[in-house]
Amino acid sequence: MSSPPGAHLPEHPDFLWENPEPKASYDVVVVGGGGHGLATAYYLAKVHGITNVAVLEKGWLAGGNMARNTTIIRSNYLWDESSGIYEHSLKLWEGLEEDLGYPILFDQRGVLNLAHSLQDVRDSVRRVNANRLNGIDAEWVDPAGVKEICPIVNISPDVRYPVLGATYQPRAGIAKHDYVAWGYARAAHAMGVDLIQNCEVTGLETSGGRITAVETSRGRIAAGKVALCAAGHSSVLAKMVGLRLPLASHPLQALVSELLEPVHPTVVMSNAVHVYVSQAHKGELVMGAGIDSYNGYGQRGSFHIIEQQMAAALELFPIFARAHLLRTWAGIVDVSPDASPIVGLTPVGGLYLNCGWGTGGFKATPGVGDCFAHTIAHDKPHPFNEPFTLERFTTGALVDEHGAAAVAH
Amino acid sequence: MQLIPCPWCGPREEAEFHYGGQAHVAYPQDPSALSDEEWAQYVFFRENPSGPFAERWSHSAGCRRWFNAVRDTRTHDLLAVYRTDEPMPEVIS
Amino acid sequence: MNFRTPTGGAIDRNTVLRFTFNGQALTGHPGDTLASALLANGVHEVGSSVKLGRPRGIVAAGSEDPTSLVQVETPFSEPMLLATTVELFDGLQARGLAGQGRLSPEPDPARYDAKHEHCDVLVVGAGPAGLVAALTAARSGARVVLVDEQNQAGGALLGVDEYLDDRPSAEWVADIVAELRTTPGVLVLERTTAFGMYQDGFVLALQKRTDHLGFAAPASVARQRVWRIRTKQTVLATGAHERPVVFADNDRPGIMLASSARTFLHRYGVLPGWRAVVFTTNDSAYCAAIDLAESGVDIPLIVDARLEAPARLATECAARGIEVRAGHVVTGTEGSARVTGVHVAGQTVPCDTLLVSGGWNPVVNLFSQARGKLRYDSELGAFVPGEELASVRVAGSATGELDLNACARQGRDAGAAAAVAAGFTPGGQVPLPVSDSRCTQRTGLVLWRVPGDEDVSFVDLQRDATVTDVLRATGAGLRSLEHIKRYTTIGTAHDQGKTSGMIAAGIVAEALGVELADQRPTTFRPPYTSVSFAALAGRNRGELHDPVRVTAIHPWHVAHGALFENVGQWKRPWYYPRDGEDLHAAVLRECRAARESVGMMDGSTLGKIDVQGGDAGKFLDMLYTNMMSTVKVGRIRYGVMCGVDGMVIDDGTVIRVGEERFLVTTTTGNAARILDWMEEWLQTEWPHLDVHCTSVTEHWATIPLVGPKSRDVLAAVAPSLDVSNEAFEFMTWQDAVVAGVPARVCRISFSGELAYEINVTAWHGLAVWEALMEAGSPYGITPYGTETMHVLRAEKGYPIIGQETDATVTPQDLGMAWAVSKKKPDFIGKRSFARVENLRTDRKQLVGLLPVDPTVLLPEGSQIVETDRLPEPPVRMLGHVTSSYPSAALGRTFALALVRSGRERIGETLYVPVEDELVPVTVTDSVLYDKEGARRDG
Repeated sequence: MSSPPGAHLPEHPDFLWENPEPKASYDVVVVGGGGHGLATAYYLAKVHGITNVAVLEKGWLAGGNMARNTTIIRSNYLWDESSGIYEHSLKLWEGLEEDLGYPILFDQRGVLNLAHSLQDVRDSVRRVNANRLNGIDAEWVDPAGVKEICPIVNISPDVRYPVLGATYQPRAGIAKHDYVAWGYARAAHAMGVDLIQNCEVTGLETSGGRITAVETSRGRIAAGKVALCAAGHSSVLAKMVGLRLPLASHPLQALVSELLEPVHPTVVMSNAVHVYVSQAHKGELVMGAGIDSYNGYGQRGSFHIIEQQMAAALELFPIFARAHLLRTWAGIVDVSPDASPIVGLTPVGGLYLNCGWGTGGFKATPGVGDCFAHTIAHDKPHPFNEPFTLERFTTGALVDEHGAAAVAH
Repeated sequence: MQLIPCPWCGPREEAEFHYGGQAHVAYPQDPSALSDEEWAQYVFFRENPSGPFAERWSHSAGCRRWFNAVRDTRTHDLLAVYRTDEPMPEVIS
Repeated sequence: MNFRTPTGGAIDRNTVLRFTFNGQALTGHPGDTLASALLANGVHEVGSSVKLGRPRGIVAAGSEDPTSLVQVETPFSEPMLLATTVELFDGLQARGLAGQGRLSPEPDPARYDAKHEHCDVLVVGAGPAGLVAALTAARSGARVVLVDEQNQAGGALLGVDEYLDDRPSAEWVADIVAELRTTPGVLVLERTTAFGMYQDGFVLALQKRTDHLGFAAPASVARQRVWRIRTKQTVLATGAHERPVVFADNDRPGIMLASSARTFLHRYGVLPGWRAVVFTTNDSAYCAAIDLAESGVDIPLIVDARLEAPARLATECAARGIEVRAGHVVTGTEGSARVTGVHVAGQTVPCDTLLVSGGWNPVVNLFSQARGKLRYDSELGAFVPGEELASVRVAGSATGELDLNACARQGRDAGAAAAVAAGFTPGGQVPLPVSDSRCTQRTGLVLWRVPGDEDVSFVDLQRDATVTDVLRATGAGLRSLEHIKRYTTIGTAHDQGKTSGMIAAGIVAEALGVELADQRPTTFRPPYTSVSFAALAGRNRGELHDPVRVTAIHPWHVAHGALFENVGQWKRPWYYPRDGEDLHAAVLRECRAARESVGMMDGSTLGKIDVQGGDAGKFLDMLYTNMMSTVKVGRIRYGVMCGVDGMVIDDGTVIRVGEERFLVTTTTGNAARILDWMEEWLQTEWPHLDVHCTSVTEHWATIPLVGPKSRDVLAAVAPSLDVSNEAFEFMTWQDAVVAGVPARVCRISFSGELAYEINVTAWHGLAVWEALMEAGSPYGITPYGTETMHVLRAEKGYPIIGQETDATVTPQDLGMAWAVSKKKPDFIGKRSFARVENLRTDRKQLVGLLPVDPTVLLPEGSQIVETDRLPEPPVRMLGHVTSSYPSAALGRTFALALVRSGRERIGETLYVPVEDELVPVTVTDSVLYDKEGARRDG
């Protein structure tokens, strides 16, 4: 027997990064060595020539949500503000493999967002039209079109919530999350960024309303600027300087099957029945579950959420009946009131905030890395993250992606 | 799945409950007297600690009563449950 | 060739089972696994490796096996099962896999279910420790559940031929199981794997109920069952897995764990080969060697990596002519589809089997899932439970203990402690068994790998991950085991690294020169063994996926050809097509009937909440933007509800039933949410208010009777009711007898026409509906569905919450400032209206749109732009079309839309991109029909 299709993954490079001791001082300290932190450091170095940068990670690099997400990449969001930053990100994804010199397995296999009710259809068409006018590839497909793109979707009208159609973004897709993180880490390291693992930030030091240093489990590190990229732990860090954030940290579970011959050529998402699934490069089905309702930092959720997820998945994909759940896990997602991120300046000079991505952070990695680096370098938001201020919760200028994105993955 | 001790019904499966976020956030006496910032704090901003957290639950598929709990958000261990009109009890976590 | 021993094993030799493997017809016996039956037929090569395509065999005898992946084709195709865990049945067809399975496109005919179980003490594992633990707990009177993944109790005893207390161990096991089965409150579950351990003693277990029956499985019995066990105390007696040693070409079929070979011999009466070399780091493999030798297998050599062989065992080997070479290692192997020789000290020893033992890994998966900390035991070379947990105890070889008597003692202690912790007093003490085993187990040498060709020294046989891969990872700068796992993919296959994980950690520690004691093992995640999606979905599929709610009148709708729309969980009639009608034709007809004569619909799904109490008015004043406390008894008011953020969340009518009683209606989809919303405010903010809320949605059948002839129809069925405009004013209600039953009739209208909403108890709903149909037949009464309702209300500019709104729309945006009280000091959402963003004059506002070409129907969801030519993206969008219909009353198409500064734009021409065209539209007021409200009173 020969090796089955897709069983190979490309080899990693022979060298990734060193593990330096932290220096006493950096121009910029990025707190959080996940995808966003690493990308931010990379663009700081590459675009802005700021290389005296440390990325501090309390565990292992990219071991938080970056290691735990379902790797869906798309930009078909409803509002102009969201389209702007997610499409910027998607464009960067399209050149990222070359940019990083790392095989990130970015695969534009398209994403279907299914509609199951007449209101779903209206909302979907609305989003497709908005996307097109924003220059984002999007189309509305009827059930037969859904079947053509993804033959294993059950489009029978006799199911509990029949598929009435879907939006389709052909340029959407998936990538290999670890490879992305490691690509950024390796490239950032090569430009002089220090990647410091097992280094937990325990305090933020300010003077005269300006950030001056971070206290860490490995000692004090002076910093000209500090950029928070801590996802689920953002509230805890911000509180160190008395800053309250409108965030709730929730467990979000995901799961994977064993390796299976290719059956699922695209990415399918259904907000109504809470399913999002793709088949990864080696053949495993990767699926996300709904968010656990309660606040939690424990990186574990409740099993009935997984069971509900399986039932919903089998409604849409009866062929999955005898696939097997191999592994489940949970991340901690920082959910904001309008399901949109908070990226920008803070009331503390030199302290920058990037959080609130909820379930949608992975796809934004290159885009927010680029924009956040710009924000840090210029002490001014990039136009793409300008709408995503903390102040919007005071003015009411929310970017509410609940309506069209529901669980916005 | 957590086992949640409803103060009225006793321990029940988490699936019977609805989560209500932070407890002890009172509706302002006079919202019109608040600045936009203060009002936004009430509407959108909540504590989000890693550790013991006083929060609200409703036994929505049971007695339908709301109650408060202190739960450690790191372990998800419930440390105490109490009535909505009671102050947060001292807990050891 | 037949590798079956003449006697022995727990198989039924008198019955022959036929099966095929890779198309080859073979036989086995009841009691066999697919793996044991294959070995009995001399088949070692099961599949091939996923990346390199190298042959893969059978390494272990149980669920820890890394290699024997098969696709079982009968009675229904299932991928990625281990031959070692598939029980043989007559007619089984299977084929070997190359690391990837295949999903059958046929629908799975099997049933699956779930069961809740509550107990005081859960014991996981029915080996010696688990059995003693369970019996000890059971004798205390505790409710005990004992689960075990095998088809019979015994655990490790199933794979040996030991005597306990001078009788076969099977008898000792049988006695304990018999007592357990006859003790009240005790549940023993075989073929049941505890796969997940969660919060507060919640353990998930999967029971395979009929798989072993093959074609004989009764269709009425759930094939697999998920047990949701809630336990006070848990005893984990999950045993230990033997681990191999890594050396060059260690992946060839015929290379097997020594204890597994022993299991195949004793449990299944199967010999792994005729000539077996043994490579070990500890004593246990000697027993395998001696047992196999006594069964006729030639054992030319035991290679013991320790400098000294154990004297007594070496003597026993010598007596059997087995050479023992201590201080040596296996450096490589020969063969391809099967091992043919072993390299030792530069020589090649011919053989057809190589048995390996590198020591034992306690199975700590569930303990780790329970958040127990692990500790590295340097003598064992494995992670063991490193702390005591309040409700989880570990006993037996899962602790690292390898002596049977000591394991049983741990089981007894753990069982007693668990019973006490659960509030019971230990009963009669369970005697501990004494074994006759010649293998007094003691720990051996910790050896992860033998130096050699690292490119073919496999750490993870399933993932083709080698020592080279591990060293590349550490060389690349990786230090964390999690990183190395991801770099190499070790431990990510179906077995989740059961035999490979510890070795990988050991090799990494050696490579980095660090102590394993300082390393954190990679996280053990549920499930312990893989679980089919269908088992987890259980019964919650098809009709049971989500409840279907239907009204009392539903059968009539079905009988009269209605098409249905899902609204929340409800099935609502969408429209009632007559022969050949499409949606538009049917809806135009239905609309015409309602506007010109009389129509009616089933409005029973509308949410209804009975709000009672002395403070009910005060309470509703806080929840609605408008004033409800001033509504007089007998009258009705339309109201809007906002969230604290000032965005519209629901609307509906409020009727004042009495001084202290209101009946509130909500939109169909929001009924539960609004009741919850009310309860939340009442209980958590205003518990002092005297208010009680009850859902009465399903108590009532609600029938809006709509159109100029509605009065006549109602009069015909309610002779005692004065239906005149003077006696029965708009926005009032009256109790009356309608069609012979008590009814509450409300004069409200969601269409602008004269209309009556007739409410009767659900029990009478269908009869009243039919009476109305009959009374209305002279007028051509026409039942209509949600689509017609939508058109009728849209012609009047009435928004539908959820269609015209999306959580960013205020009452003012909807043109409903009139419904926002200026008198009330406060209500939910009021403060938010004063925010900067709410004060903008260019908010999106609800307006009407009339396509310049009256035949053009705008697609709902279309966007609206300002210019007649599209610039390059991003294009500025002014808003979107929320509703759009052809209108019989207007004789043209029309739409509702949310448009930036919409009300200021009335009269302007805007453009709607539809496919490649820009459709010009005129902005109008949102009320397009009967602006004066002349039709309301008939």
